[in-house]
Amino acid sequence: MTQIAPDVREVSARPQNAGRDWLREALPKIVLSPSLAMVLIFVYGFIIFTFYLSFTDSRILPSYGWEGWSNYSKLFRIRAWDTAVSNLLIFGSLYIVICCALGLALAILLDQKIRAEGFIRTVYLYPMALSFIVTGTAWKWFLDPGIGLQAVVRSWGWESFTFDWIKDGDMAIYTIVIAAVWQTSGFVMAMFLAGLRGIDNEVLKAAQIDGASNWALYRRIVIPQLRPAFMSAFVVLAHMAIKSYDLVIALTGGGPGTATELPATFMYSYTFTRNQMGIGAASATIMLMAIAAIMVPYIYSELREKK
Amino acid sequence: MSSNATATVVRTGAGSRFVIYTLLILFCLYYLLPLYVMVVNSLKPLSEIQAGGMMSLPEEWTVAPWASAWSTAQIGVEATGLKPFFWNSIVMVVPAVAISTVLGALNGYVLTKWRFRGDTIIFGLLLFGCFIPFQMVLIPMARMLGIVGLAGTVPGLIFVHLVYGIGFSTLYFRNYYQQFPTELVRAAMIDGAGFFTIFRRIMLPSSGPIAVVCVIWQFTNIWNDFLFGASFSDFDSQPMTVALNNLVQSSTGVKEYNVHFAGAIMAALPTLLVYIVAGRYFVRGLMAGSVKG
Repeated sequence: MTQIAPDVREVSARPQNAGRDWLREALPKIVLSPSLAMVLIFVYGFIIFTFYLSFTDSRILPSYGWEGWSNYSKLFRIRAWDTAVSNLLIFGSLYIVICCALGLALAILLDQKIRAEGFIRTVYLYPMALSFIVTGTAWKWFLDPGIGLQAVVRSWGWESFTFDWIKDGDMAIYTIVIAAVWQTSGFVMAMFLAGLRGIDNEVLKAAQIDGASNWALYRRIVIPQLRPAFMSAFVVLAHMAIKSYDLVIALTGGGPGTATELPATFMYSYTFTRNQMGIGAASATIMLMAIAAIMVPYIYSELREKK
Repeated sequence: MSSNATATVVRTGAGSRFVIYTLLILFCLYYLLPLYVMVVNSLKPLSEIQAGGMMSLPEEWTVAPWASAWSTAQIGVEATGLKPFFWNSIVMVVPAVAISTVLGALNGYVLTKWRFRGDTIIFGLLLFGCFIPFQMVLIPMARMLGIVGLAGTVPGLIFVHLVYGIGFSTLYFRNYYQQFPTELVRAAMIDGAGFFTIFRRIMLPSSGPIAVVCVIWQFTNIWNDFLFGASFSDFDSQPMTVALNNLVQSSTGVKEYNVHFAGAIMAALPTLLVYIVAGRYFVRGLMAGSVKG
């Protein structure tokens, strides 16, 4: 928005009657208003409603008896919520770090004038087109010790090979990381590749003439310039991690036990199957706060930049 | 993404090129592995999978798992196959994508060419709406759909996807129209063209590329959605993703892995097809949806 679109109306000041002037002035706003109304009601109105419910005694249905902060204090005493939050921290940080590392590595490799680059890019990125339910189903059976990887390796003769993380309460959360990284890392690669392609080659050439090694070129010149790409990747991945729901449902269903419960699955089961709507609303509110802490500064800076 | 012409100037020797190609090919295998597993196992009898042959090609090729997944497999309590739910998804996706794209185009046009005080705030509000955790709207939405009688219906799902799709479609068109020369719009104004005439005659004819990006993005997102489908649909109105999950999770007794894989491919096929046919636009949509316009 640097050059604010010069206002088209000022040039059309022609003597016309007041009614048509009013219409011409108002028409754009009238066109925008249904969308705005929908968003105000169904996004912001609903957010306020859920926020309000988090302070009430709602169980199966919304109810309006004021309970103050008690849902929040109950929430923080529930073991499953504790598990969900610490799972999110483990899952989220591994997911973000591995996706970024893998994405950056693949982007750098793919940026070396590779033959068939287009084909390879297509292969790396196609998982992004799939539903998490499909990804979850594929990995669920591939990681299943009874028929998947473990059974296959054993049938090849390595009888003691064991890979049963998906059935192991301590390790199951890492299978979520494996499947999620598989799905998203190609996309992160694409983001970094776009960043790499935007770097000015002249600087690199100059440094090469000065005798810098390839390693030094990347570490000192290229990677520091990818800051915006890192920023975007972080925001996208963090917000996807917080919202992760489908993948857990399809891959482990939150189990074994509650071993792979995340805040999103916690919210759903407390609200709709355990009939603790007030607590469910409180957990949703906390998810929103986490997302807002990441997205609001990002959106704000994006919109300001263009001013 | 730009073409090879802008690839890095960093030079690599023959040895390191060999390593680079080896790594790239290994990662190709890693990304293709689950697809391979899904395809080969959907084409073999169950006994071969149970015998530990998940990685091998079928000894006996069969399309029976596909037939079963499509029309006879047990979804929840009824043996309907995935067919009816595939159609549910189609019926849900088409209007939701069409309406949200049209509204997005109009919104983008207003927000860039008919600017007014506070329009940036409105855009910011629309934009933030794209990223909220939908858990925050599930309870009131379920209640509202119940009140207006749309709970558990396909039109209810269309409505939900429409509402939460507008933010992204507006984002796409706004960023695209921002690059569009305002002088043209101004010239048309002087010639006496009105709001809709300008939109139809000047903006729309050049909106092809962004419309494709927007349609692909909305299609992929809505087709792949699970949360809204699981929350707001009945047995009869389930979309494909929910039905697939029911097929995989609910089967009592013998787990028919081959049928599950066939079903998973069916659920993946439409979006995969779009990606293969229009990958360039798909990537552009991903980037614009995450980074900026």
